[in-house]
Amino acid sequence: MPKQTFPAKFEYLDEIREFVAQVAKQGGFSDKDIYSLQLASDEAASNIIEHAYEGITDATLDITCDMQADAIVITMRDQGASFDPSKAKQPDLKAELSERQIGGLGVYLMRKLMDELRYESKGKNNTLTMIKRKG
Amino acid sequence: MEITNQEFKHCDLLNVKGRVDSATAPEFSKALEKITEDGKYKIVIDMGELEYMSSAGFRALLAAQRNCKRYNRGEVVLVKVPERIREALELAGFTELFKTFDDPIEAVGNF
Repeated sequence: MPKQTFPAKFEYLDEIREFVAQVAKQGGFSDKDIYSLQLASDEAASNIIEHAYEGITDATLDITCDMQADAIVITMRDQGASFDPSKAKQPDLKAELSERQIGGLGVYLMRKLMDELRYESKGKNNTLTMIKRKG
Repeated sequence: MEITNQEFKHCDLLNVKGRVDSATAPEFSKALEKITEDGKYKIVIDMGELEYMSSAGFRALLAAQRNCKRYNRGEVVLVKVPERIREALELAGFTELFKTFDDPIEAVGNF
């Protein structure tokens, strides 16, 4: 199973998106789906770096990408503060410009772009699992 | 990410290329703020060579649009939005907040 450890810094988002794209491409996902997977992974990793590891500069993030039958399973494991995206407030996408919320968009996109999101916090480890099926 | 700005009589044309994510969005925000800090609120963003934009970039767009539309002093419009980025903007409910154009000249002429 392809697994990589990345420094938990925004500067590594490029490499994280590239890693996910490579596995998805080998797994036969379309270019449109690959973009969606890159975006969802970027939003997930950005949240971990920004919220779970807030104020911590030497942390790391373990990412695995695995093809299981017709689905890609992406997991991100961190040892930061617990941040459950499923509990994040849903942004109001119909709100007027002045009322639009600046936050919450990343999680909303993750939910929309993936078929399944799971979050587990056990001891020091937080694990986010994201699944998307082909087609 | 690479940003260039071209000043026109009635608006500024900001060309953003490459990838806008959490790492590069602050620089994108700064480029937009530099224009508004000069008292200019009519901004065309050319996305023709933009490869990728995450919600960090969307937030920068939203903040700029809010600032520009205040007191009806201007607005941010988008040009040549690549298909994937347009789909993501649509998903985020952003397409209704921005006028879009296919041609930069047409967008500049809008002001």
